Amino acid sequence: MELEIFIERENRREKVNFSGRTIGELLKELKINPETVITVRNKEVLTEQEALQDQDKIELLSVISGG
Amino acid sequence: MTCHHCPEKSVISLQHGELCKNHFLSYFEEKVFKTIKKYHLIGRKDSISVAVSGGKDSLTVLYLTRKYLRENNLENELFALAIDEGIHDYRSKTLQDLDVFCAKYTIPVKVVKTKDVFGHTLDEAYPVVNKGTKKKPCNVCGVWRRYLLNKYAREFGATKVITGHNLDDEAQAIVMNWFKANTSLAAHLGPISGVEDHELFVPRVKPLYFCPEKEVRLYALLKGFQIQFVECPYARAGYRAQIQDLLNDFEQKYKGTKQGIINSFLDILPLLKERERQQNQEQIQECQECGEPAHGRVCQACKIKAVLAT
Repeated sequence: MELEIFIERENRREKVNFSGRTIGELLKELKINPETVITVRNKEVLTEQEALQDQDKIELLSVISGG
Repeated sequence: MTCHHCPEKSVISLQHGELCKNHFLSYFEEKVFKTIKKYHLIGRKDSISVAVSGGKDSLTVLYLTRKYLRENNLENELFALAIDEGIHDYRSKTLQDLDVFCAKYTIPVKVVKTKDVFGHTLDEAYPVVNKGTKKKPCNVCGVWRRYLLNKYAREFGATKVITGHNLDDEAQAIVMNWFKANTSLAAHLGPISGVEDHELFVPRVKPLYFCPEKEVRLYALLKGFQIQFVECPYARAGYRAQIQDLLNDFEQKYKGTKQGIINSFLDILPLLKERERQQNQEQIQECQECGEPAHGRVCQACKIKAVLAT
């Protein structure tokens, strides 16, 4: 499936091809520690077990403080 | 996944189960209010200064302090105190969020600029102060912030300074002090900072002490606080950032690691404080340059000032 991902900490938006199923698997593939982000889809907070769908727009909001 | 308490959708997985938005918000607020009560962080007669940056931690603790006072029919004076270090393209953005927030909740804001007090921004000062060393700007920033928060909180009439330090901040500080064998500094940690009382010190307290950083971010998000993510350009340069990554890796593999660090630390904290009182016989005195509290003849802020004047 193809996903559009916004990574807040890097202020970067990108399209990725993803063969997995859940948020947890996506974060693993992106090498992002789930402790460091909150995942949002259409203003709805998602847990790691949540399943993704083709064309989902996902925001990865940074947990870590700006400093 | 659904909430452990109701059929609503889960927004977070905690060790004791899944929570939906409403149950998470209640759980979080209850945890903060319990911390305030258990450690007597706010007294009936306290005038409260909340140290704020405009980030998620300080806005959350400011909001919840206000809520706690209202829910308990307390009429304590409350104001927000921000330190502007003049870090280019960073602090001005977080202070914008702070202004919007405080206007919405009608909380007075006071901003103190290092440029006005010391004659320099952090960007101007640290290359001079740290010249010839590998030290990062954070050492200068830390001294200035602690100095100004204490001095101006006191001058504005506060008897307590509330900070937004969360469980991750504290776990990082504990591990940093262990790794560097700074037992003396470790004794100053805990829900109430410091070891000694002094009339010039305004006690600093931490209502978010038991709240992991991820929970604070989620609370701020679900409450709709307007916070733009801007990272301090110096944040990733420090030793703390490496400890932060290390603890997050451990937490992901072994859930409860950070809480374990806090719990074991709280068990030994009374012993650390007692040892510090016995070993550190040197009385806090007034700095001979500025009159602020100091552990030696001259305070750290005045030592920095002297270097900048040369």
